[in-house]
Amino acid sequence: MPKVIVDWLYVAVFAFVGTIMAALPLGIVWLLAPRADLPQKTLTYESGVIPFGQAWAQFNVRYYLFALIFVVFDVEVIYLYPWAVVFRQLGAFAFFEMVIFLSILLVGLAYAWRKGALEWA
Amino acid sequence: MAWLTEILKAVLLTLVLFTYLAVVTAMFGVYLERKISGWIQARLGPKHVGPQGLLQTIADTVKLLQKEHITPRQADVLIFNAAPIMVAVAGLLDWVVIPFGRLGDRVLVVRDINIGVLYFSAMASLTVIGILAGGWASNNKYALLGGLRAASQMVSYEIPLALGILWVAMVAGTLSTVGIVEAQRGLWFIFSVPPFGVLAAVTFLTAATAEVNRVPFDLPEAESELVAGYFAEYTGMRFALFQLGEYAEAFAMAALAAIMFLGGWLEPNLPAWLWLTLGIAGVFVVVLLVVSGAARELILQPILILLALSTALCVIMFFGVQAGRSPVLPSPVWFFTKMFALVFFLIWMRWTYPRLRLDQLLNLSWKVLLPAGLLNLLITGFLITVAR
Repeated sequence: MPKVIVDWLYVAVFAFVGTIMAALPLGIVWLLAPRADLPQKTLTYESGVIPFGQAWAQFNVRYYLFALIFVVFDVEVIYLYPWAVVFRQLGAFAFFEMVIFLSILLVGLAYAWRKGALEWA
Repeated sequence: MAWLTEILKAVLLTLVLFTYLAVVTAMFGVYLERKISGWIQARLGPKHVGPQGLLQTIADTVKLLQKEHITPRQADVLIFNAAPIMVAVAGLLDWVVIPFGRLGDRVLVVRDINIGVLYFSAMASLTVIGILAGGWASNNKYALLGGLRAASQMVSYEIPLALGILWVAMVAGTLSTVGIVEAQRGLWFIFSVPPFGVLAAVTFLTAATAEVNRVPFDLPEAESELVAGYFAEYTGMRFALFQLGEYAEAFAMAALAAIMFLGGWLEPNLPAWLWLTLGIAGVFVVVLLVVSGAARELILQPILILLALSTALCVIMFFGVQAGRSPVLPSPVWFFTKMFALVFFLIWMRWTYPRLRLDQLLNLSWKVLLPAGLLNLLITGFLITVAR
């Protein structure tokens, strides 16, 4: 069997068995713990007052903006991984290639910065 | 047949690793956190259950097992239940690539995956999905805010974290965790290409602290403003699963930092006289504490134990190096020493810095750590290219 396949077989088994293991204590609780449903108990917690409406309402769009910038840079970082691994074998050429790639991205960062996309207010 | 034995082995290893996570990282980790916090705040911390309160968290777990699970009426039940499991499993999956040591030719690691550190960062970022799901499904305003904050914070710090990992990958020339440790045989990466190794380590550790939502980056669960953030509605064992996932993650980050910058399981290659000096200094302080009567203070006892242990380590190392043995102690000892040192550092930081504001937090990531990480990468790349 190729090693790579065994590696990911292990990861799959870990994910599967891990889920069962994590769910196990919940099963034990189901057996052991008391259950007494009271309407007040299942009320959403809001510092002791009766909750006003739902939590699923509008929230600040800033969270979304940061997620967008994140996607750009995360994809960039993924491109950097293979470069970093073979960097020593490729020599100066690879280095300057990456300088160009990174400076394009830094311009992007500077643009986002200038536009105020990195400000919270 | 080969498939079946591999699957059986994997199942067994999952059980072992899950037990390790539950006992060492979650239970012992919570105990350490409480004890060290107590020491820093000049109080005792847990002390009644077991020697020095060592069994306190086990008692807590047994208590939590008997607690009722309350599901809020307005919650999204399926996602509400799945979220803690997701966080715990993400914490477990991190540990697949962490090597604990090397005995003879066998490296003590579940699987030495060839893209180890990339896999690690992928699994570590799975946590954010669990946290956001938990915060959203609770249908609680505090929880939703906590979840959103966690999401924005964790995606922001994902990139400096990845840049720290990239720096190591570039210097080591491999993504496998075992390969990274082997590459540090001569010099730990924190000391290589000075001072850029230190810069990379600081970038990584800062981002890692934020990634596991620990103080000073604990906005998602800020007790004083969001009650408990994304797990405000979770009770009993579901809450414990969140804690388990969080501690598994924090310990995994400490372990990865130890592997990438502090040489993992490798023994520090110090001369004998340095070990002797450290040992004598340790003995001196211990004797001073005992003679002055400070050792009778309950508050000082945990730190006295810690000090005595490190002194013993130094003395053993001195005699080992003197006798000419090459690895004096078995390698897992060093891995755990380094990991726990970093965990201690995390706890120490918790009581040293106040919590950041959200805008300060995002500024630190995008305007300081990201440019610093990129420049660090470029300069180190340049230096390596020139040096050849």
